[in-house]
Amino acid sequence: MSYVLIIGAKSDIAQAVAREYAKHGYSLYLAGREIQTLHSLATDIKIRTSVAVELLEFDLGAFHTHQAFYENLQEKPLGVIVVAGYMAEQKKCESDWAETLNTITVNYTGAVSILNIVANDMEHNKNGFIVGVSSVAGERGRKANYIYGSSKAAFTAYLSGLRNRLYESGVHVLTVKPGFVATKMTIGLDLPPKLTAQPEKVARDMFQAQQKNKDVIYTKSIWKWVMLVIKMIPELKFKGMSI
Amino acid sequence: MQLNSWGMYPIIKKNITVLRDKPSLRNEILNNTECIPFGNGRSYGDSALNEHIIYCKPYNYFLGFDEARGILHCQAGVTLSEIIEAFVPQGWFLKVTPGTKLITVGGAIASDVHGKNHHVEGCFSACIEGFRLMLPNGEIRTCIKEDELFKATCGGMGLTGVILDAKISLKKINSKNIEQTTIKTKNLKETFEAFEKYAYMPYSVAWIDCLAKDDALGKCLLMVGEFADDGDLNFKEKKKLNIPFKFPSFALNHLSVKAFNWLYYAKAPKGVSHQKVDLGTFFYPLDGINNWNRIYGKGGFTQYQFILPKEHSYEGLEEILKRISQSGKGSFLAVLKLYGEANDNYLSFPIKGYSLALDFKIEKGLFDLLDALDEIVVKYGGRIYLTKDVRVSKETFEKGYPMIEKFRSYRKSKAMDTKFASLQSKRIGI
Ligand SMILES: Cc1cc2nc3c(=O)[nH]c(=O)nc-3n(C[C@H](O)[C@H](O)[C@H](O)COP(=O)(O)OP(=O)(O)OC[C@H]3O[C@@H](n4cnc5c(N)ncnc54)[C@H](O)[C@@H]3O)c2cc1C
Ligand SMILES: NC(=O)c1ccc[n+]([C@@H]2O[C@H](COP(=O)([O-])OP(=O)(O)OC[C@H]3O[C@@H](n4cnc5c(N)ncnc54)[C@H](OP(=O)(O)O)[C@@H]3O)[C@@H](O)[C@H]2O)c1
Repeated sequence: MSYVLIIGAKSDIAQAVAREYAKHGYSLYLAGREIQTLHSLATDIKIRTSVAVELLEFDLGAFHTHQAFYENLQEKPLGVIVVAGYMAEQKKCESDWAETLNTITVNYTGAVSILNIVANDMEHNKNGFIVGVSSVAGERGRKANYIYGSSKAAFTAYLSGLRNRLYESGVHVLTVKPGFVATKMTIGLDLPPKLTAQPEKVARDMFQAQQKNKDVIYTKSIWKWVMLVIKMIPELKFKGMSI
Repeated sequence: MQLNSWGMYPIIKKNITVLRDKPSLRNEILNNTECIPFGNGRSYGDSALNEHIIYCKPYNYFLGFDEARGILHCQAGVTLSEIIEAFVPQGWFLKVTPGTKLITVGGAIASDVHGKNHHVEGCFSACIEGFRLMLPNGEIRTCIKEDELFKATCGGMGLTGVILDAKISLKKINSKNIEQTTIKTKNLKETFEAFEKYAYMPYSVAWIDCLAKDDALGKCLLMVGEFADDGDLNFKEKKKLNIPFKFPSFALNHLSVKAFNWLYYAKAPKGVSHQKVDLGTFFYPLDGINNWNRIYGKGGFTQYQFILPKEHSYEGLEEILKRISQSGKGSFLAVLKLYGEANDNYLSFPIKGYSLALDFKIEKGLFDLLDALDEIVVKYGGRIYLTKDVRVSKETFEKGYPMIEKFRSYRKSKAMDTKFASLQSKRIGI
């Protein structure tokens, strides 16, 4: 069965995505840093389903390794899903360049580096799909997290351009914009339950949207309307607000 | 994250710690004064509630499967529904399953749950080879059947520590279907006769019409069944209905309960009939409706489940059914089951006899009625099921569970009482 490559597989959302694709019969390449810690997840998935699961060491920040990483994949994946992300504390980013740079590297440049390689191959084969997990935080810069938000905005724009480019070759690109998700990233934050999704829900929404060749989804879907309102606030007013 | 128990009563503010790995759990236990494990909140009352809860469901890896022996090793947050989804297509099923599959393995052990086959297979603990548990001092202990810790933990309502993972023995099946026989009875006497007559069947359960009076008191639909042998293992989860919001409180009045019971009862053909149904329909009829607990409205509801020793089951049930029917308080679901021998776990609910479970909306006067029912239960030597309970008194509880002192002193000797407590354990002093 076809492989799906999941980048940032240690993320809570990614683990739910892995189970979701496995449930539907896809074999998995799970890629991330210190990936051997995912050994139990691999066992879990192999018991639940009968798909093949491979763990692959991968660092989004190590650009120079990306080409070789992709070339070394025995069987090229039908789909590539970038889930990795990094949300530093905004305040810290403001005074610590390393934090800011890492945010940009993980959320944007690293993702671009690997997806450029993947896109060329898929375009050539006229087959495949790409999913990028961006964020509603990329819809409008807010003082509370605009470093993270702007890196996601860049990623969203990249995915939209990529979708446009690959359209003719029949390679589909899906942008997933989660709102709040209950994961390691948001642990300790007091999230409003009605606006917060569980990782399993994000995974289901993603799978269904990808199978139906959707372009952009919000999850939970209510975030589409929340963001519409937030985007409509005139800048003159917005700049004085704390949201 | 909002976590409530199934009855949605009481609703309290809590601090939630998600169980992710052993080191962080250990820290959490050592650095906190008091906590209680929480599985999937399918217990009806306050067994899994306290100001600080350890949310175990996300701790849910399958760790290994020994195909030769049918032994599944998994973490405590795995749900029975996940086990079914993965294993029914391979020809395996749970030896013991309650009436919902949306519970965790940890919750199944802690309540020592039972199914429609208690008279044959016993409780959930009977299919547990062993498990690992984190104690109040952060130590991890492996328990097997012979251990005192095993007997205290199975049925111990999360009060001995956090169950981490377990080895569960599955049974071979050759179909996802059940050959079902439905027997419609006219009164309590016929109901009991039917139970005894079909006691050789592995699975049995009866739905009682609680509002029936006089000659019809105790009339029921008894459903018995066994796995088919047709080789069809193509099990698929059906699409679910959803109750999107809490019903207004007037929705479930006396009349609508009557209508429901009537429809359900009336739908079944007279006398004895046969059906082939899929295991989801047979074991988990309510799982097909998401959030069905919302029909009871904002104030929540509770389930009153008691068991009476066999020799007093008939007269006791008759008295209780009369009392309920007089009160006019509706019970949507009233489920009657036959039980086999008790096991030797300290707090497991089942004893040899009959148990009735009834759902009640929480409203004025209800707890008085239930107190009155308690007296009848105690009079006949029965007991209340803790995993459904939210209001029983210490006295009633103690009279039903003769091994309670053993449990208390064991908990004390291991300092478990200083770390693990629920609203329920504090109310009834365990
Ligand atoms: C529709 C429906 C039908 C039901 N039918 C039946 C039935 O037929 N037979 C039956 O026996 N029960 C039945 N039940 C009750 C249910 O099976 C039990 O309440 C079960 O314990 C719920 O498991 P849970 O995972 O949701 O745990 P919770 O409800 O979250 O917790 C229940 C108890 O388990 C403890 N616990 C949970 N996880 C752990 C852990 N990892 N370590 C230690 N303790 C833990 C909690 O502290 C608590 O005391 C039914 C419930 C519903 C809603
Ligand atoms: N949680 C939310 O509320 C929310 C909302 C909107 C969008 N999102 C997005 O959803 C995605 C998944 O997030 P999550 O909530 O599941 O958070 P998470 O559990 O913290 O996952 C983030 C993952 O990214 C990986 N990562 C970080 N730097 C990396 C690098 N250089 N190379 C490879 N992998 C790297 C991390 O791996 P390590 O374990 O090795 O650090 C981690 O597994 C992210 O893109 C996030 O921005 C989340």
